[in-house]
Amino acid sequence: MADLKEADLLHLGLEALHEELGGKMVPFAGYLMPVQYPDGVLKEHLHTRSAAGLFDVSHMGQVILRPRGTMDDLKLAFEALMPVDVLGLAEGRQRYGLFTNDGGGILDDLMFTNRGDHLYVVVNAACKAADIAHMTAGMPGVSVEPVTDRALLALQGPGAEAALEAVVPGVAAMKFMDHRVIGDVWVSRSGYTGEDGFEVSVPEAEAEAFARKLLAQPGVAPIGLGARDSLRLEAGLCLYGHDIDTTTSPVEANLTWAIQKARKAGGAREGGFPGAARILKEFAEGPERLRVGLRPEGRAPMREGVELFAEDGTPVGRVTSGGFGPSVNAPIAMGYVARAHATIGTTLLGEVRGKRLPVTVTELPFHPTSYKR
Amino acid sequence: MKYTKEHEWLRVEGDLVVVGITEHAATQLGDVVFVELPETETQVAEGDEVCVIESVKAASDILAPIDGEVVAVNAKLVDNPGLVNEDPTGGAWFFKLKVDDLSVLDQFMDEDEYNDLIG
Repeated sequence: MADLKEADLLHLGLEALHEELGGKMVPFAGYLMPVQYPDGVLKEHLHTRSAAGLFDVSHMGQVILRPRGTMDDLKLAFEALMPVDVLGLAEGRQRYGLFTNDGGGILDDLMFTNRGDHLYVVVNAACKAADIAHMTAGMPGVSVEPVTDRALLALQGPGAEAALEAVVPGVAAMKFMDHRVIGDVWVSRSGYTGEDGFEVSVPEAEAEAFARKLLAQPGVAPIGLGARDSLRLEAGLCLYGHDIDTTTSPVEANLTWAIQKARKAGGAREGGFPGAARILKEFAEGPERLRVGLRPEGRAPMREGVELFAEDGTPVGRVTSGGFGPSVNAPIAMGYVARAHATIGTTLLGEVRGKRLPVTVTELPFHPTSYKR
Repeated sequence: MKYTKEHEWLRVEGDLVVVGITEHAATQLGDVVFVELPETETQVAEGDEVCVIESVKAASDILAPIDGEVVAVNAKLVDNPGLVNEDPTGGAWFFKLKVDDLSVLDQFMDEDEYNDLIG
């Protein structure tokens, strides 16, 4: 990554605005993105939890899936790629999904929305080309249409509702995971911070004016990728390529809540997704390892890659995301731990700079979520 | 005050050398959330990793700029790592070294030279 040439990087439509706001631009997932603004990661994080933070997440992939036959054909075709109930998702509602591979690993995680006569999907930036190819190859009866002319903005925090309502009247009535098309903006009440908030898809040509209107609302500040990462970590949310990847199954990743009854053993549409054999077996017998929350006892952060040991010295796992949680005011981490050592309250040792320091297996999230149910 | 290429500042205090990191370094690191200090009465050699600083972004080391004995450390940084960002060249000194001969400092940059470096 170190030698990524400037010329190879993709540019956000709002780059000039980020620079005007003092954003420090760094390469991320092939894009030049603001990692922080002059306030810095700590203040930006706390601001999002106490007021409202505006994030530019236009690097993410937006895709429309349109049926060539009926909408139910499309939903069932999409179900063949994911261990998730697509058929049961009502119009105007959004759901979390996971593409799995034949080995039961995770190819990407995503959000999808039923918009009546089509599905709207948001996937990770680094995976979007592969996801589009995967969906195109895996759903022959479906038109897979990348959306390339829209920005995606997230407005998160307790002040998000009032700020967005002032710019897009009507959004205050939405509940968590509702989706509405209002004029030419597409609004979802969801996000990646654990806070109440929205993700808003806006036509590229209007995005800067829209972002400026939001930034002019009381309490709204621009927030960079650095705080986005610490916010999602406190909320216990996975970062693809770190906490989940092609080797981790949804059951190991503790994402069983994302797999609805209809797709599990005894469900109406049991199995029928890539990796079903492993995933259903892990449901029945328990996985070999589990993603857990980890609280280092001292002040030293345990970052990605820190090896974990049982108190008797047996290697039991590894940290996949870790750092300092500004709202928790302590170091926090997530990682995979052998199931026998994954019970909440278990003390493990994490090796930091050659020293094995105590760390406790903890419930996720670290910071309570405040979704508007 | 003298400056190293590793963005440390060195200040003479009696027969001791006080070591901290520059404002430029503190800004580059971002919000500091953890500081690990050396034990006092340890002999260190130039280039030894003496302290660990963790910011919201990453971990970095402070290297001993010269040979010497650590005679004091700033324990305040352990409880309040954010002081490194608030007052990097004042209250947020890291450690004090006892050296044989203060003339070893002559090799380091003065303020103008350092400002040219970070330009």
